[in-house]
Amino acid sequence: MSEETLQRTPLYEAHKALGAKLVPFAGYEMPVQYPSGVLAEHNWTRQHAGLFDVSHMGQCFIMSESFATSAATLEKLVPADIAGLEPKQQRYSQLLNETGGIIDDLMITRAAYPGYEGWLYVVVNAGCKDGDYEHITKHLPEGVTFKAGEGMALLALQGPEAEAVLAKHVPTIRDLKFMFYESVDIAGMAVHLSRSGYTGEDGFELSVYEKDVAALWTLLLSDSAVKPIGLGARDSLRLEAGLCLYGHDIDETTSPVEAGLTWSIAKRRREHGGFMGDARVQKELRDGPSRKRVGIKPEGRAPAREGTEIQNLEGRKIGVITSGGFGPTLNGPVAMGYVEANSAVPETKINLIVRGQAMPATIIKLPFIPNKFKK
Amino acid sequence: MTVKFSKDHEWITVENGVATVGITNHAQEQLGDVVYIELPKIGSTIAANASVATVESVKAASEVYTPVSGEVVEVNGELSGDPALVNRAAENDGWFMKIKLSNASELDVLMDKAAYDKFVAG
Repeated sequence: MSEETLQRTPLYEAHKALGAKLVPFAGYEMPVQYPSGVLAEHNWTRQHAGLFDVSHMGQCFIMSESFATSAATLEKLVPADIAGLEPKQQRYSQLLNETGGIIDDLMITRAAYPGYEGWLYVVVNAGCKDGDYEHITKHLPEGVTFKAGEGMALLALQGPEAEAVLAKHVPTIRDLKFMFYESVDIAGMAVHLSRSGYTGEDGFELSVYEKDVAALWTLLLSDSAVKPIGLGARDSLRLEAGLCLYGHDIDETTSPVEAGLTWSIAKRRREHGGFMGDARVQKELRDGPSRKRVGIKPEGRAPAREGTEIQNLEGRKIGVITSGGFGPTLNGPVAMGYVEANSAVPETKINLIVRGQAMPATIIKLPFIPNKFKK
Repeated sequence: MTVKFSKDHEWITVENGVATVGITNHAQEQLGDVVYIELPKIGSTIAANASVATVESVKAASEVYTPVSGEVVEVNGELSGDPALVNRAAENDGWFMKIKLSNASELDVLMDKAAYDKFVAG
């Protein structure tokens, strides 16, 4: 992709002013790190509060006269329980293709804004949004419409001090439950504030109008507990938290059962299906999948990167690493990947083939660090 | 002692026929936080422009190419316990290895500091 075609978020100039290193990511020119570097940014987020610009992600809406109609429409495309969402509740799910592969993973919220009760607010990955929008639009029945968000930006504030930072502006935020939102006013700006994120830490996501995002970014950064965090640390944070990165740990060939995402499929949906790709999902739930996503802890210090072959101790290939790198909180290499189901047992010893050498490693139960979501 | 530079961003100094090789400050800046370095075995024979070490940063793995051929006579043991030494002191304490030169004329094609700075500036 040539540089001319790269898009920018409304915070591009703010990132440049902070000295960010900008790289192409999912069609956007995004900050991979700021001058303090990935390690410091990762550790800051785990100890204090990290502010992320995630405005490249796709914010969109599925709309009808009633929540029930909108929910029933989306339930045809995702395996999660949407009809059972409470007002203001948010849920993680996946858009599945006909063969049960994952088109994208996404967050779905039941809106409760007066007059908009029939709307679902959906956030999808930047690199998938065009395809997602087309897929959703193609499967809308009469009376349900789709709209890509326009003029919207998205921030994430993550870490143990995120709550205290936001409570200075919105005291009631302490009562907000994990995976719920509240519509709030911060310094005169309308903010759709949800308790959610992708770092394994307690944290929040703030959807705001593009025209306000630079002021909100500056306001939050003015708090001494907050530093800007780039995509590099976002990746190591989510990897330690055992969370999937689309296009790496999940894609159109992997099913949610193989990916270990069955927790996101409610009992009603498992039993009754009724979503695209349900045949494979239900079969794998019944018979077990042929491969499973697992956490992998390499021994020693050398990271094992995406694409690294996984062998059993007899030297037979049993899988491949899909995300791998250095985990600053663990102070050592961490990885995840897919292995044959009968090897997907915690404490199983394996070998990773790094630069032609067999490197010993152990399969572990994800996440690497316990998540600190506020229940 | 004169420092020479390669276009693969290694620096090299030579004393009594033994070259000390490391990566440049520009290289470490590009790599970001270094978390692991795989160094060659002492006693191994290496060819010029071959990959002799791997630097793993939080972002990616990068190969290090020696600009000279010879025998590895010493590696920097500090780097195994403190790979971030490369970020702090790439062009002195963060050296990678010492190589007994087999062909000193290989040094002739390398850049001096002024030429390297110009090369990096593009």
